[in-house]
Amino acid sequence: MRTLRLLLEKEFRQIFRDKGLLPILFIMPMVQLLIMPLAANFDVKNINLAVVDRDHSTYTQQMVSKIASSGYFRITGYYTDYTPAMHQIEREKADIILEIPAHFETDLVRESKASVYLAADAINGTKAGLGSAYLNTILGDFNNEIRMKWLPTKAAAVGTIDITSSNWFNPEMNYHLYMVPGILVLLVTMVGGFIAALNIVKEKEIGTIEQINVTPIKKWQFIIGKMIPFWTIGMVDFTIGLLLARYVYGVIPVGSLLLLYSFLSIYLVALLGFGLLISTYSDNQLQAMFVAFFFIMIFMLMSGLFVSVDNMPPWAKMITKLTPVTHFIDVVRMIVLKGSHFSDIKMQFLYEIAFAVVLNGWAILNYRKTA
Amino acid sequence: MSEKAIVCKDLTKRFGDFFAVNHISFDVDQGEIFGFLGANGAGKTTAMRMLCGLSYPTSGEATVAGYNVFRQQEAIKRNIGYMSQKFSLYESLTVRENIRFYGGVYGLSDKQLKEKGDELITKLGLEKEAKMMVGSLPLGWKQKLAFSVAIIHQPRIVFLDEPTGGVDPVTRRQFWDLIYDAAANGITVFVTTHYMDEAEYCNRISIMVDGRIDALDSPANLKKQFDAASMNEVFYALARTAKRSAD
Repeated sequence: MRTLRLLLEKEFRQIFRDKGLLPILFIMPMVQLLIMPLAANFDVKNINLAVVDRDHSTYTQQMVSKIASSGYFRITGYYTDYTPAMHQIEREKADIILEIPAHFETDLVRESKASVYLAADAINGTKAGLGSAYLNTILGDFNNEIRMKWLPTKAAAVGTIDITSSNWFNPEMNYHLYMVPGILVLLVTMVGGFIAALNIVKEKEIGTIEQINVTPIKKWQFIIGKMIPFWTIGMVDFTIGLLLARYVYGVIPVGSLLLLYSFLSIYLVALLGFGLLISTYSDNQLQAMFVAFFFIMIFMLMSGLFVSVDNMPPWAKMITKLTPVTHFIDVVRMIVLKGSHFSDIKMQFLYEIAFAVVLNGWAILNYRKTA
Repeated sequence: MSEKAIVCKDLTKRFGDFFAVNHISFDVDQGEIFGFLGANGAGKTTAMRMLCGLSYPTSGEATVAGYNVFRQQEAIKRNIGYMSQKFSLYESLTVRENIRFYGGVYGLSDKQLKEKGDELITKLGLEKEAKMMVGSLPLGWKQKLAFSVAIIHQPRIVFLDEPTGGVDPVTRRQFWDLIYDAAANGITVFVTTHYMDEAEYCNRISIMVDGRIDALDSPANLKKQFDAASMNEVFYALARTAKRSAD
């Protein structure tokens, strides 16, 4: 116990004396938390729409003004021909072309049927897809309005299916509510993962590890002596982040803080074990940094933070299950937004405990005092 | 003392088909200052690392402080001190904190740490620097401090790997005074060096060539044996026979 205490004293002193490390540990994550949620917004707005109007009728004007007033579109130009509109897409001035054929109004009145044509620039797939979907909805609405006007009684008789949806746990579809907890996980992961990965390697580089290796310090004491300081820092960072989330973004955890922190504490053990494992395999800090970067990158992209896991192919889903980050993002979102209980996140707990045991056991095994 | 501090028989370390250390045998008496010489790449550091329990021997036998180097490394580690070529105190800790850390992990109590620490700091004349970061001390002071810290727990043997590399002659002289003090206190000193004047200070020396020990005796006897005026000449005579290129 005394050895462990001495190791901890030493680690904490070294961390707090490292003037380069402190801002990385405490300030950088907070700056990221203040910037990233504002930028990482997947709502599609400001879609540039080029309108090719070959009809020039009252209806087309009504229709376009309805589109413009939806708030999602910016009408970038009216054209009478398709070619100049296409030029706008080529120059990235427009995302979608709405083409209204000649005789649109006449057809609509006479034959009760008219068509329009949508062309989307699918280089930005999200914008194209969502933009077309929005336009479809708006045009559908417009269609209904006309029908109501013409056939007030009949239309009611025909009946349309009107879908009313309600958004549970995030009624206003506030993007911050969804992103902030995830980004909080990202920050804790980056700080914890990198610092742990670099630490033992640093001792290898400066040669102090050899001195440690000729002392009676035991392997587990050394590893735990490294683990506890970073674990504490992870807890502190998460807490600061949670406070920022509350006071800056108004994200107040619905569920139990105790449950959240219990999960966090296990997650940190798993994450730091991963970092230390990299540390024991690397010969210098550069190598450790690249390896850690490679894995943390995969963890992030596969974690469901930016891309929904449900949309992934089965093999990718398997990988997401094998990264500790995925489960934590899941759990943070569930506890913070839904107020989930322990019974809801049992599986994630099990996964995380397994990660913690395997990664740390591996790190201790692979750290050799005698080569 | 009659008991041997180190007994080494046919100790070998092989990397692939390269014999870094090739069947070396020697004994070191308790309280002796044993010089371990050899050109760069002759295998000194590898041999020393095996004796310190940092590296597994490929074959042979050795006991250090009575413990087997194959099976009892942790017991060896409790009974030795070690100072490597690389400076290995923590530069971002103060003199006192380093003493506390390294002394503490060998099981010294707070009271012992205080006493030993005070004694050590007075002896080295570091009273003013006790609260300074070790990183800000001059190299010679660092080396003397590292040595003193390496023997703070009164080990039976201390291993020194080129402890005076890059140190000025005056400080080297002071460093050897510390070594004599330690030996007088019954600590066996196992030291590698490239300075032949230092070799003369040792009770006995061995000279390694290409992984083997080609000469082992007191400096006076070696000079007689090789019909040389100085240890320098003895070293040249042996090192010239080396087939391995130095690293």
